[in-house]
Amino acid sequence: MGSPALPESPLLELRKVSRVFGEGPALVKALEEVDLSVAPSEFVAITGASGSGKSTAVSILGCLDVPTSGEYLIEGHPVQTLHGDVLAALRNAKFGFIFQSYNLLPRTSALDNVALPLIYAGVDLAERQARAASALEAVGLAGREDARPNQLSGGQQQRVAIARALVNEPEVILADEPTGNLDSKTSDEIMQLISSLNERRGITVIMVTHDPKCAAWAKRRVVFRDGHIASDTKGAA
Amino acid sequence: MNPRATISLALAALLRNRMRSALTMLGVVIGVAAVLMMESLGKGATAYIEATIAGMGSNILMVVPGSAHGRTGGPSSSGAPLFGPADLEALRRGARDVGLVSPVSQRPLRTVAGGLNRSTPVSGVSPDFLLIRGWSVVQGRTLSADDERQAAQVCVVGHTIETALFSGSTALGKELRIHDVSCRVVGVLESKGASAFGMDQDDVIFMPFSTFSRRITGTDRIGLMMAAARSADRIDDAKAQITNVLRQRRHVLAGEEDDFSVRDPREVQAVLGQVTGMLTTFLLGVAGISLLVGGIGIMNIMLVSVTERTREIGIRLAVGARSADILSQFLVEAVVLSALGGMVGIGLGLLASVGLARAIQVPFVVPGGAVPIAFGVSVLVGVVFGVFPARKAARLNPLAALRFE
Ligand SMILES: Nc1ncnc2c1ncn2[C@@H]1O[C@H](COP(=O)(O)OP(=O)(O)OP(=O)(O)O)[C@@H](O)[C@H]1O
Ligand SMILES: [Mg+2]
Repeated sequence: MGSPALPESPLLELRKVSRVFGEGPALVKALEEVDLSVAPSEFVAITGASGSGKSTAVSILGCLDVPTSGEYLIEGHPVQTLHGDVLAALRNAKFGFIFQSYNLLPRTSALDNVALPLIYAGVDLAERQARAASALEAVGLAGREDARPNQLSGGQQQRVAIARALVNEPEVILADEPTGNLDSKTSDEIMQLISSLNERRGITVIMVTHDPKCAAWAKRRVVFRDGHIASDTKGAA
Repeated sequence: MNPRATISLALAALLRNRMRSALTMLGVVIGVAAVLMMESLGKGATAYIEATIAGMGSNILMVVPGSAHGRTGGPSSSGAPLFGPADLEALRRGARDVGLVSPVSQRPLRTVAGGLNRSTPVSGVSPDFLLIRGWSVVQGRTLSADDERQAAQVCVVGHTIETALFSGSTALGKELRIHDVSCRVVGVLESKGASAFGMDQDDVIFMPFSTFSRRITGTDRIGLMMAAARSADRIDDAKAQITNVLRQRRHVLAGEEDDFSVRDPREVQAVLGQVTGMLTTFLLGVAGISLLVGGIGIMNIMLVSVTERTREIGIRLAVGARSADILSQFLVEAVVLSALGGMVGIGLGLLASVGLARAIQVPFVVPGGAVPIAFGVSVLVGVVFGVFPARKAARLNPLAALRFE
């Protein structure tokens, strides 16, 4: 963002945000007038039944999607007014994404996958490689730089995805069921990693999960129900 | 993204689908090859025609009986009378800008020397003939005015005759029997080798026209006169003078068409030029259609590729690619594809041009100017047909692309 944050405005804020898919009889209200604000360095777990709008909310927060109505403000700036290239720059520098299905580029080495955001940040090759390597090291994958996604376990692939989310030093990490495809032991390790990003680096984490054990890592839990926020509690579970 | 990274990304994507990329390039390959062949053939044919006409001798005019407009001319088809020695004499005196003139009367005849014999084209010509053709002897002398006056039984032979009938030893001074007429070889011609059409130009015998008409054909009628203008800028004048003299001698009335024709090989050149022009146009058509089809093929494959890689596009958008980055990625891929096709086409086109030049016996000319043009056209094809798929990719919504299956 070009201008400094307005005083008193939260880092991210949804104001009466609705998101509607389809039309006529196929119309689905994924979100209905949702209000949510997130402060810097928060660790928010979003839970709720399948289809309750969790992923939709996270996509809007990450500028991958836009609300049908209502406002989304980032540091007080309404996202609707921003040009597509500015949104791309936000996705590149402010947000890091972690998906349930990893979303790594196939037939591309771990190092190149991790370095991908840096290409679009205009970082030169040598620095890209150095930063990607240190991000891989930070997630415990030193030495696996040349491995392709299909040569890595699910947990390792998710670590590569986390390294990719981290590499451009984002303020916010958006994770949509990051442990959804993993066993409980691996799940625990991934949660450890995500939680440490929040605690040690002060990165804001917004994480969708179905697993109460994962949700317990967060300091704040938001429950979605039918496109609304049903409850929002802070403090240890 | 910097251009080098974009190009290597495009190359990597194309290498992943080698077969598909190769087949997609085919249209551009053929189109570009056709452009090169067109250029090479056009230039080669022009060079050939010029060389052939230069080889005939310079400033040449050929005079034949029969109207220029009546089919092919020639005595039998038009019924126009042949020329005689008096016409030749009249041209010598009456056509100021005609420097040299000779009758040409040719027949294939059995020629015997020693125990050997062969059938060879024998021509009765005047001493001017070899000068008109710019053909010199390597041994002995050419035909002289005395030979002509005395109807001497002498001849000048081509190199092939020397090897075929005299087994390589010199023919000079030897006796030949041509159509049962005994003839002494007074000169051996410089070798011209095979003509562009593969004809042996050295398989010839020339003898004085007087001897040829009296002893062999029994007639002094002339079916072809060959003349040379005094200089290149006098050719048109010489032609007009020949026409004047012959119209008078043949009593052609004012307003009536000539019953003979004076041909300038440069006119033949123009006709041949038209033929090559048609061939060139045809190749241009082939090139155009191939490039169009090639371009559509590239567009088709790029659309398929965009669909296949929707998820990849979603991932790139999610980590910060701008739509311009996605646009350039796919556009560069299309351009790299067609430019590679262009390069292969240039290579293939050069090879095919060499082959074609050999096959139709024209010299191979490197189509220098066509190479950058062909390459430029192939790049252009990539841009034109790559824009639509690339825009389609660039307009994808990040979320929809990520969720695409
Ligand atoms: N692109 C779309 N087109 C149509 N409907 C959609 C689309 N995306 C989401 N929906 C609908 O919106 C609603 C909310 O979807 P969302 O993906 O946000 O749910 P969720 O809470 O993430 O569910 P889950 O826990 O299963 O991932 C669902 O009813 C879904 O069918
Ligand atoms: Mg979901």
